[in-house]
Amino acid sequence: MSAIYNASRRGFLKTSALAGGGLLIGFTLPGASRLAQAVSVFSPNAYLRIGSDNQITVICGLSEMGQGVHTAIPMLVAEELDADWSKIKVEQAEADPAFNNPIFGMQATGGSTSVRGHWEPMRKAGAAARAMLVAAAAERWNADPADCRTEKGMVVHKSGKKLSYGQLAAAAAKQPVPAQVQLKSPKAFRILGRAARRLDTPAKVNGSAKFGLDVRLPGMLTAVMARPPVPGGKLVSVDDSKAKAIAGVKQVLQIPGGVAVLAEGYWAAKQGRDALQIKWDDGANAALLSDAVSKMLAEGAAKGGALGRNEGDVGAPVAKRLEAVYEAPFLAHACMEPMNATVWVKPDEIEVWAGTQSQGPSQGILGEVAGVAPGKVKVHTMYLGGGFGRRFAPDFTVDATLLSKISGKPVQLVYTREDDMKAYFYRPASVARFAGGLDANGKAVSFSASICSPSLMEASGFMKLPADGVDEMAVEGIRDCPYDFPNLRVEYARREPGVQIWFWRSVGHSQNLFFIESFVDEMAAAAGKDPCEFRLGLLGKQPRFRGVLELAAKKAGWGKPLPAGVHRGIAVAHSFGSYVAEVAEVSVGRDGKVRVHRVVGSVDCGLTVNPEIVKRQIESAIVYGLSAALYGKITFKDGRVEQSNFHDYPVLRIDEMPKVEVHIVASTEPPGGIGEPGLPPVAPAVANAIFAATGKRVRKLPIKAEELKQA
Amino acid sequence: MISLSVNGKNISVNDSPDTPLLWVLRDTLGMTGTKFGCGVALCGACTVHLDGAPVRSCSTPVSAAAGRKITTIEAMAASPVGKAVQAAWIKHDVPQCGYCQSGQIMGAAALLAKTRKPSDTDIDAAMSGILCRCGTYNQIRAAIKDAAQSMRTGS
Ligand code: FES
Ligand code: FES
Repeated sequence: MSAIYNASRRGFLKTSALAGGGLLIGFTLPGASRLAQAVSVFSPNAYLRIGSDNQITVICGLSEMGQGVHTAIPMLVAEELDADWSKIKVEQAEADPAFNNPIFGMQATGGSTSVRGHWEPMRKAGAAARAMLVAAAAERWNADPADCRTEKGMVVHKSGKKLSYGQLAAAAAKQPVPAQVQLKSPKAFRILGRAARRLDTPAKVNGSAKFGLDVRLPGMLTAVMARPPVPGGKLVSVDDSKAKAIAGVKQVLQIPGGVAVLAEGYWAAKQGRDALQIKWDDGANAALLSDAVSKMLAEGAAKGGALGRNEGDVGAPVAKRLEAVYEAPFLAHACMEPMNATVWVKPDEIEVWAGTQSQGPSQGILGEVAGVAPGKVKVHTMYLGGGFGRRFAPDFTVDATLLSKISGKPVQLVYTREDDMKAYFYRPASVARFAGGLDANGKAVSFSASICSPSLMEASGFMKLPADGVDEMAVEGIRDCPYDFPNLRVEYARREPGVQIWFWRSVGHSQNLFFIESFVDEMAAAAGKDPCEFRLGLLGKQPRFRGVLELAAKKAGWGKPLPAGVHRGIAVAHSFGSYVAEVAEVSVGRDGKVRVHRVVGSVDCGLTVNPEIVKRQIESAIVYGLSAALYGKITFKDGRVEQSNFHDYPVLRIDEMPKVEVHIVASTEPPGGIGEPGLPPVAPAVANAIFAATGKRVRKLPIKAEELKQA
Repeated sequence: MISLSVNGKNISVNDSPDTPLLWVLRDTLGMTGTKFGCGVALCGACTVHLDGAPVRSCSTPVSAAAGRKITTIEAMAASPVGKAVQAAWIKHDVPQCGYCQSGQIMGAAALLAKTRKPSDTDIDAAMSGILCRCGTYNQIRAAIKDAAQSMRTGS
């Protein structure tokens, strides 16, 4: 992409004077994609605000869910603006098509796209503002702009005269928007590539940060719902007399999603919900059982399906052939903040307060629910108490909208933890069947994979299964595997167990990299080779994969002795534009209990915006991935989800936390994503270390201690 | 009416005695710094201090808090330990999504109030009931040690 753009022709930039005499820059971001049709309202406003008090506010349309975007986006703007970082504030934007994510073509946060999509437009916004401030100063001094430079929030003339951005803000607002701007070369970066402090930290240590659940409106009722216990189940009858007798309960409403009790405050609503006496018709899924789902997927993988990739001939004879079947379960996101939304449906507009990842689609969907145009849907994005993909879904905002519409009140719909755990939108379960072939020298010559899972693209509601019948997300990380296998075949078989599935941190890579990186490890073992060397031998044409693998191995001391009982495993993955390798150090007790002592990771995510946030996101993804590998599963019996809260859906605790080291590969490539890419390698790295420790292969997640017990 | 002492203020509330303290704080008093994560003492997000000891407010009936000193995240800056913990949290940029952090800070402050130099085992024991889905545990550990250090040296 070119570093120059033509603002006047594309009309990206608009400027106007702020009431207080400041400079306001608005711009629309170029957007285009298969998702673009979701919203069709025009309003050109993303803003950078410079006050006469030198306060600089960056208004961010992306959702802050822990990934650091409320720091990264301001850093992009501040860099090209040559701002004083200590004067930067961030403000959450209200939903507006002006904030469309250029990669999605709609306002949404996910897919580790934020920095990738905004890397250029946000820097251009900063650079344009800077040029206008320089022009204003030059005018005031009657000087040539070429004799002016900028540093830390000041325009400085070669004579030594200085004016602060605040002093220039009003005059700058009257300057024409530059037709083109020159962006800095990365070598000149002063803010990018450095560990700026997170702007959201102070509010998150004193209880003042406002999450969706913290919204309080006058006259607001809290709603807790009873939902059908079996997917697709229907309400037969409800007796709400006991619920209505509870003090504080105001209304009991039926909507397609279930029965809601609206009350003054959560406790009354929850007690009211628990007092409902409901008869459900469980419908077609009444017998849904996890073992049957496993069988369905295994049969699908055995049978094969649509061809995703086919090179050479995987049927050609080989010296040694191995086969294995891998399986991963449904998973809940279990965000720390349970799902919730607050909605106020007014006569001709609606207001929504929610920790959502999908403001743009919400405007369209909720407008339809409430019967107003998308532009009449005001979405106030709150801090998200974890997102991980779950908050891209519309279930909680849609139901809250219906409840407000029917009740005529502002309604905060709250999922109890149990509701949240049982509300579906799970990472799809999946089975992969592999065959690998080695030649007489132990070189890998063939690889085939047959993957069976439900289709996430179809489940998303905004994508369709492509014409070739291969769900992109079901095969990602395997179809595009980096290894130099001369004969390679990937198939996808779709099966639908009837459970609503959804995006889960790193999406298809979350299970597929466990599958393939474990199987490649099996191939290495069958070839009698070191697993790291074996991989490197197949990555001749993949310098970035090699780079992270070699760095992680070196930093972890691959091949060097470890304390007795501790063993290493390694894995590498590419996802969302970034490359990550991880080495796990693991011991397995006699009782089969797995202990992960240390994970050493390396990441090549191109140019880094904030290396500290990069490291933290890799570490965060490692923890999330470890919870899943060690404990995570959603299972069904008699159509019902068996898990309900953190006792039966455990997540990693501080006393189980490994040491984590993350090393960044220096790179001048464009930035890659960072919220998700740290996750895929951790499960296989741990599973491969378990093999090194016990000689046993983990082919089904979560890891089962009983199967690793030593007799 | 139930009489409570919240962050040094005496307040009377009308909630039924079995209402969990968490919902009295969040809904009746509008103090939303204390978080709801699980409702059944499994996650620690709702941790507050009752006479200085950490308790899970989601599972503490308001009647059990009557006549005792309730301290929440909103008052942490007013105590020397709370202040040291918050400063260490800022120094280490601990929070990610931040949702668990009120509970983490309340847990850490209670630990440091009675253990001036906590070992890793002390930290595990005090903090393992407070979950963080963003995985900030290593930063939490480092920040607790840092806060302990700064309290000892008075810096
Ligand atoms: S909400 Fe109280 S421990 Fe989870
Ligand atoms: S910071 Fe997100 S749950 Fe702890």
